[in-house]
Amino acid sequence: MAKKFMYMNTKAPYGTIYALESLEVVLIGAAFEQDVSLAFIGDGVYQLTKGQNTDGIGMKNFSPTYTALGDYDVNKIYVEKESLEERGLSLDDLQHLTWEDEDEDWAEKDSIRLVSRSELADVIEDQDVILSF
Amino acid sequence: MKLGIQINEGPYQHQSSDSAYQFAKAALAKGHEIFRVFFYHDGVNNGTRLAVPPQDDRNITQQWTELQKEHNLDLVVCIAAAQRRGLMDEDEAKRQGKDANNIAEGFRISGLGQLIEAGIECDRLVTFGA
Repeated sequence: MAKKFMYMNTKAPYGTIYALESLEVVLIGAAFEQDVSLAFIGDGVYQLTKGQNTDGIGMKNFSPTYTALGDYDVNKIYVEKESLEERGLSLDDLQHLTWEDEDEDWAEKDSIRLVSRSELADVIEDQDVILSF
Repeated sequence: MKLGIQINEGPYQHQSSDSAYQFAKAALAKGHEIFRVFFYHDGVNNGTRLAVPPQDDRNITQQWTELQKEHNLDLVVCIAAAQRRGLMDEDEAKRQGKDANNIAEGFRISGLGQLIEAGIECDRLVTFGA
């Protein structure tokens, strides 16, 4: 039986390598057909912001990869509402992440679920394995 | 209980490898099984045999090597993280055309799938660092 895996992303996309190497685990992990969720909390919400430009820091902008997650059947992406608000951000500042629902004639659906801190706590409670980055 | 351990930070700079080692020893002493120890991020640096810490300090890599010998532990270094950081075994050095390898005895290099497998197979996956 599939286990519930949650990847907890807590750090900004650049500055440290955690975000990039978390994404690498998610992509490899997708092949294992588990029940996968991603959570973005704290500075982790910056990972999903749109219009990232890394020209000035000489690093690869890996943010386009998040838009491919839907193709890997990674379509439960929880973003903590308070973390966004604390940083002056809203859903409009994030990339529009979607997936296609095979069971509904490939209808395009939103992957991002905006949840409150306490709602996210309930989702976390429900997981079998949590990988924190 | 069947346990998986993930270590995310390098030796000495962070305590995570020390804590994981103490945890692993204590868990084994209590009769638990350690399915795998997976080294990720800078944690791969725990697997270099070229580190020479001061003699009056612990040798973190050697501690892992000894624990591995004693309990036949599966110490896995993530290949993707290792390639970035210059940690390699003989095969990988050949493949990449490098003139040396530096992996310590008792460690092996493998893919991220080994971490996911540990999550699937273990009762608990315990993360140290990050």
